[in-house]
Amino acid sequence: MKETVLSVKNLTVSFKTHGGMVQAVRDVSFDLYQGETLAIVGESGSGKSVTSKSIMGLLSPNAVIEKGEILYNGTNLLKLSENDFSKYRGADIAMVFQDPMTSLNPVMTIGDQISESLINNLKYTKEQAKARSLELISLVGIDSPEKRFKQYPHQFSGGMRQRIVIAIALSCNPKILICDEPTTALDVTTQAQILELIKDLQQHFGVSVIFITHDLGVVANMSDRVGVMYAGKIVEIGTVEDVYYDPRHPYTWGLLASIPAFQAKGVELYAIPGAPPQMINPPKGDAFSLRSDWSMKVDFVHQPPMFKISETHSAATWLLHPNAPKVDRPAQLQERINVLMRMHEGGKNE
Amino acid sequence: MSNVLLKVEHLKQYFKLDRKSKVKAVDDVSFDIYEGETFGLVGESGSGKTTIGRSIIRLYDITGGNVTFEGKQASGKLKKEERASIARNMQMIFQDPMACLNPRMNIRDIVAEGIDIHKLAKTKEERDEMVYAILAKVGLAREHAGRYPHEFSGGQRQRIGIARALITNPKLVICDEPISALDVSIQSQVVNLLKKLQKELGLTYLFIAHDLSMVRYISDRIAVMHKGKIVELADAEELYNNPLHPYTRSLMSAIPTPDPKSEKQRARFAYDPSQHDYTTDEPKMREIRPKHFIYCNEKEFQAYQTEIA
Repeated sequence: MKETVLSVKNLTVSFKTHGGMVQAVRDVSFDLYQGETLAIVGESGSGKSVTSKSIMGLLSPNAVIEKGEILYNGTNLLKLSENDFSKYRGADIAMVFQDPMTSLNPVMTIGDQISESLINNLKYTKEQAKARSLELISLVGIDSPEKRFKQYPHQFSGGMRQRIVIAIALSCNPKILICDEPTTALDVTTQAQILELIKDLQQHFGVSVIFITHDLGVVANMSDRVGVMYAGKIVEIGTVEDVYYDPRHPYTWGLLASIPAFQAKGVELYAIPGAPPQMINPPKGDAFSLRSDWSMKVDFVHQPPMFKISETHSAATWLLHPNAPKVDRPAQLQERINVLMRMHEGGKNE
Repeated sequence: MSNVLLKVEHLKQYFKLDRKSKVKAVDDVSFDIYEGETFGLVGESGSGKTTIGRSIIRLYDITGGNVTFEGKQASGKLKKEERASIARNMQMIFQDPMACLNPRMNIRDIVAEGIDIHKLAKTKEERDEMVYAILAKVGLAREHAGRYPHEFSGGQRQRIGIARALITNPKLVICDEPISALDVSIQSQVVNLLKKLQKELGLTYLFIAHDLSMVRYISDRIAVMHKGKIVELADAEELYNNPLHPYTRSLMSAIPTPDPKSEKQRARFAYDPSQHDYTTDEPKMREIRPKHFIYCNEKEFQAYQTEIA
């Protein structure tokens, strides 16, 4: 039933720097299914953006792809020449970036910027491209497209600009849309509008979405499945229900527990101690072990493999090894999950 | 009831765009901040929340209104000593810790700037001791004093920003989006630190942010701003449980919560300012319940009252 559109296998990417090789992405594997939204969450430096840039072929020149493959329609995208890659980029796989002002050209009209990809990728004539652009502008919820077509990016608000960027991304009917923190620069109400727009368009175009964010609230809203990244690795992946109601990795526990949304006043917020590791010399073993209250000796020596919890859910922590001691989640987190479960079972959803 | 530390009355802050037009960034805003409390100020970008903070701390010359701090006049023309006293007792923590730390000064000198300006230390040793003490308070080591801002992570830089603000022993700290630029796992560390310092030093916070769930957690009272005006002001829990103003409701309905099941069916309300008819009936802040204020006219006030009855 689930058709895989994109398959990332053992992707490992490092960057050459003066200090040494920075191991940004370490052995990341996941599949993207047709029509789904897969969220990738993690802190800055966890490798989530590097993963998405590898898929788009937009890595900077000092990046080295050490191993792995990215399979799209049987083609390994990592083996393509720049010329061949440009046939896929924009046409099959498109991307929406965080800051709409920097991804739009300030001295080109909005109309020209949308038409550009139609003319280049789909070989439209100028008239066809204009007709389609007008359609796209109204499709992303912008009024009076004829007038807007001739305007420049600075005449649009932040949310409107992001709508334009989405229109450009979807102009060539891509199969895969990568959204890299598309709402981080926006206000909450604008964010909600953009998220709704992405969901609507996803239905309309049947596109599969990779949604990169650090906001766990947005993930809960948008995605079907979620992968949690830490120190260049996916440490837990599953459906949103798996990860939010039955998290297994101590890092996921920490992330979820530190959200103040349901936190009672006066109780100290749960905080993950320390800071993420330097990726020039990533720690041996489990990279999270230094910050975790649940580390065992083995965590400091061997990297944990992915343990399968169910058909949809897996996590990379030695705590899931059959010989590992049984441990409990942080009490605050378990309490919150219990409350949510009771609420949903009771049939009330408010 | 504790004492009023800061009183803001009819604060207006207009910015001239050109000879003809001006922006009313803050338009007739009044509120009190009590000693020892955390007063949250939320709103979208452009609502004027940052401008309020900056007007209070005298970064801007205010267009109209009055600010009183500890019962003394704190806005308009003041004597040099009065200005110095306000500068010492009111400090600010900024959003981007990298932008507020001079990259060419080491941490010791950055943190000690307040000591130097206000001549709080007599000898070099005393100055160093004060710096080490405050660094320890914010969770940094004395070895850090000789280093430069680029050698620190984002969370540590924000700790330096906090140390720099607290060195003059202020009463009121204006926190302008202090955690927005930080990673999720670091945010809660900084929030816990701010809470701890508040308890230990008896600080009062004006906490400006757009992240409503964090504001709810940290604040005692919250004011919601929209287009330069406070539209609703209440105790944090009261505001979250009984939001009345349509803008507050729309803002709250837009916050995503980390709960996939309820998130998938959350309905968002849009706010339409044209629903208010203020042509004849003038709006103002009215107290609808004890300590719960709402910006409305007489007709709306009665409608809200029947709603909560």
